[in-house]
Amino acid sequence: MSMLHIVNKSPFERNALASCLSHASKGDAVLLIEDAVLGAVAGSQVAHLLLSALATQAIYVLSEDLAARGMEPNRLVKGLQVVDYSGFVDLTVQHDKNQSWL
Amino acid sequence: MALEIGGKNIATDEEGYLENLTDWTPEIASAMALAEEQPVTLTDEHWEIINFLREYYEEYQIAPAVRVLTKAVGKRLGADKGTSKYLYSLFPYGPGKQACKYAGLPKPTGCV
Amino acid sequence: MAVKKFMYVNRKAPYGTVYALESLEVVLIAAAFEQEVTLAFLDDGVYQIVRNQNPKLLGMKNFSSTYKALGDYDIKQLYVERESLIERGLTEDDLMDITYEDEGDDWAEKSSLTIVSRAEMAALMAAQDVMFSF
Repeated sequence: MSMLHIVNKSPFERNALASCLSHASKGDAVLLIEDAVLGAVAGSQVAHLLLSALATQAIYVLSEDLAARGMEPNRLVKGLQVVDYSGFVDLTVQHDKNQSWL
Repeated sequence: MALEIGGKNIATDEEGYLENLTDWTPEIASAMALAEEQPVTLTDEHWEIINFLREYYEEYQIAPAVRVLTKAVGKRLGADKGTSKYLYSLFPYGPGKQACKYAGLPKPTGCV
Repeated sequence: MAVKKFMYVNRKAPYGTVYALESLEVVLIAAAFEQEVTLAFLDDGVYQIVRNQNPKLLGMKNFSSTYKALGDYDIKQLYVERESLIERGLTEDDLMDITYEDEGDDWAEKSSLTIVSRAEMAALMAAQDVMFSF
């Protein structure tokens, strides 16, 4: 039993990412989409949250949302994995449930 | 839509529920019942349920689901009245829909 | 159909957005499906169940009263996160009394609220079958 957590809000505007990471269990996966991808950039104020979460969770970032916002994948915090829409679909299949952090 | 009662027009939605809960008077309830295809004259037993619904709404701000209404009526008014058979005998169009309408409440949440 | 564990996660304050009211309406409708329902209140969601709300001043319905009807709908498990309360300068005493009547205990009135730590909340989430996020 593992959960896919989906975050879609900028971490600079809301606490959805921080709240998600403090409630995700070991072995869960976290997917950043829409404005949430902005937090994935190395050097950001929330990068340390992602780095410490990587010890227990896989964290994915949606490539289409990164590209739309002008962010190259090489700008991301090390250890984050980039997925496209079909990867998003695979993630929802790999996990038996999901939770959105709005 | 509107109901005309005592020369006053009372606004209702397309299903006959009051637009403004504060418009409600007992006369409106009686008029709604008499306006049914098969007119109903409200008895004390009807009023017991209508008043119960109004009190429930006042306290909780919702019209209870039929299941909840049935259980609560049984506790408050006696087990013999806390059955859907009894409630349907009073409100054949459905105790949720029909009684709530007479009580001036919105249609119960989740009631299709 | 086997009974599943449904959790409704409430993270928004009432009135400013429609999330809280929408969540409550979904909970009331879904109560008819007789699943094992849990409500979680964390982050700004804890504001949904504080006492003395008076949104009539804003011309809005005071739906906070409706949480007190949840017991009638057999929804008796409301978990509130302690850290979220503390971060907002709130304590358990700021919360409404939300109760249910225990059928198995001569209809004794019992509190539906349980205050849990963030770690306990995380464990509760992990134990669910289906999550609804608001």
